[in-house]
Amino acid sequence: MPEQIFQFLVTGITVGAIYALVGLGFALIYNASDVVNFAQGEFVMLGAMTAIALLGAGLPLVLAAIAATLLTALVGLLLERCAIEPARGASVVTTIIITIGAAIFLRGVASLLWGKNSLPFPAFSGNEPIHLGGATLLPQSLWVLGGAVLLVSLTRAFLNRTLLGKALLACSFNPVAAQLVGINVKVMLRLAYGLSAGLGAIAGILAAPITFSSYEAGIMLGLKGFSAAIVGGIGNPMGAVAGGLLLGVLEALGAGLISSGYKDAIAFVFVLMVLFFEPTGLFGHKVAERV
Amino acid sequence: MPYDDKLQAAGEPLADAPLLEVRNLHSRYGPVRVIHDISLNVQAGELVALVGGNGAGKTTLLHTLSGLHPSSAGTIRFAGNDMTRWPAYRIVTAGVCQVPEGRQVFAPLSVEDNLRLGAYRQHHDLDWVRQEMERVYQLFPILQERRQQLAGTLSGGQQQMLAMGRALLGRPRLLLLDEPSMGLAPLLVDEIFRVIVELNAEGVTILLVEQNARAALAIAGRGYILETGRIVKTAPAVDLLADDDVRRAYLGY
Repeated sequence: MPEQIFQFLVTGITVGAIYALVGLGFALIYNASDVVNFAQGEFVMLGAMTAIALLGAGLPLVLAAIAATLLTALVGLLLERCAIEPARGASVVTTIIITIGAAIFLRGVASLLWGKNSLPFPAFSGNEPIHLGGATLLPQSLWVLGGAVLLVSLTRAFLNRTLLGKALLACSFNPVAAQLVGINVKVMLRLAYGLSAGLGAIAGILAAPITFSSYEAGIMLGLKGFSAAIVGGIGNPMGAVAGGLLLGVLEALGAGLISSGYKDAIAFVFVLMVLFFEPTGLFGHKVAERV
Repeated sequence: MPYDDKLQAAGEPLADAPLLEVRNLHSRYGPVRVIHDISLNVQAGELVALVGGNGAGKTTLLHTLSGLHPSSAGTIRFAGNDMTRWPAYRIVTAGVCQVPEGRQVFAPLSVEDNLRLGAYRQHHDLDWVRQEMERVYQLFPILQERRQQLAGTLSGGQQQMLAMGRALLGRPRLLLLDEPSMGLAPLLVDEIFRVIVELNAEGVTILLVEQNARAALAIAGRGYILETGRIVKTAPAVDLLADDDVRRAYLGY
């Protein structure tokens, strides 16, 4: 039994790392604009599907992954430029609905380009299971974990150590003051969308060998990433990471100990409980504004 | 003309055109017209006060000057350039820096990070930023003491100092101050105004927008009186302080 639990934990952390990366993307855009970008899951799907297509076209795996990430980041940038920016001045809710529209559009384009089947992606370094204590894990899980650690550290360093990262945060803390110190808020928003899309794409590519990918793979991943972000306290990038890991582990434990049929239900019930007892998320800022 | 003397003493040629020249400016929020046909100018080196009561349009005027709010008619020229339609960041880059009403510091960031972001457009000039940060710390020693503290945890007066320091790190050729005395104890108001005078003496051109007419006119060279979006009077500050209408409406005696 303890071995089994250890196995669930290993699986859960792997899945959680993916959720964490998707949640991080949500947090970045939310930080720059207070908007929840519901096309975030589609970035994950686009990254995976583009990489699969490029690999099929004969590109080596590394190049296919890099090109897919850059292309997806470009899609994110274009989404901001062509759909979000023209609606500047619209309410946050309107903007969120635009992102939902964009998600449906991207899904449609993907189904036209690549059909409706689930497509495989080869593991980066074979499928020979690694035995770890009583648990086994796929080499790809290590890629996922390593990739997540690296990306989370880089994002953290970017936000906390660089002037550009702080400027991005400043846009959410106080948009008026951000403009008054000369930050070009438009450019910051494009940057946030580009980065989020790139992060999502890498998450999708890392996960594709385990989960496969299809045009609608982004729906569930997007929802889970969103859940990770709100569990962690939306707008708190490291909270989103913690939320993702927590969600992944809970899901795996629930699926293993209760029934795999309840996997998604467990995750969403958990989100509801968190919102019920701690509406600003487990690691969210307590909202206290001085009037 | 004390300002001219100072400029010439500093070896700068006297410019004929004002540093800031606002002509027939109108600004509105939807159907509500807030600024009507305002014309004003500020010469390099001057300290000009713009005085008005609540809702006179002071903040809207400053938001329009800084590019946060579009004007509906009129022109704004700065240092010879028409910047009426410029985006906010370009106006800051040109050297028009604002200390907004209510300080508006970046509350979750440290004092030092707030100052660094103030130098966002000057970040390439590391030496200058370092020097200027030292100067801000000399002007406001309390900020140096608290430089690692989060800006949101500072007192109102300290936040005002931080907002001013942040604007100074934008390398202002013209400093716009929006109600720096608001919500501060009289002693702190004195301290803030002392620094405003000091900055002006060092050569920073200042447009001071205030509800506290007495304090503002006491340190300014010239003043404008703003009422319901219109300039109703302009004169040297000493004359405004002695003006019967102004005394009755703004000075309370």
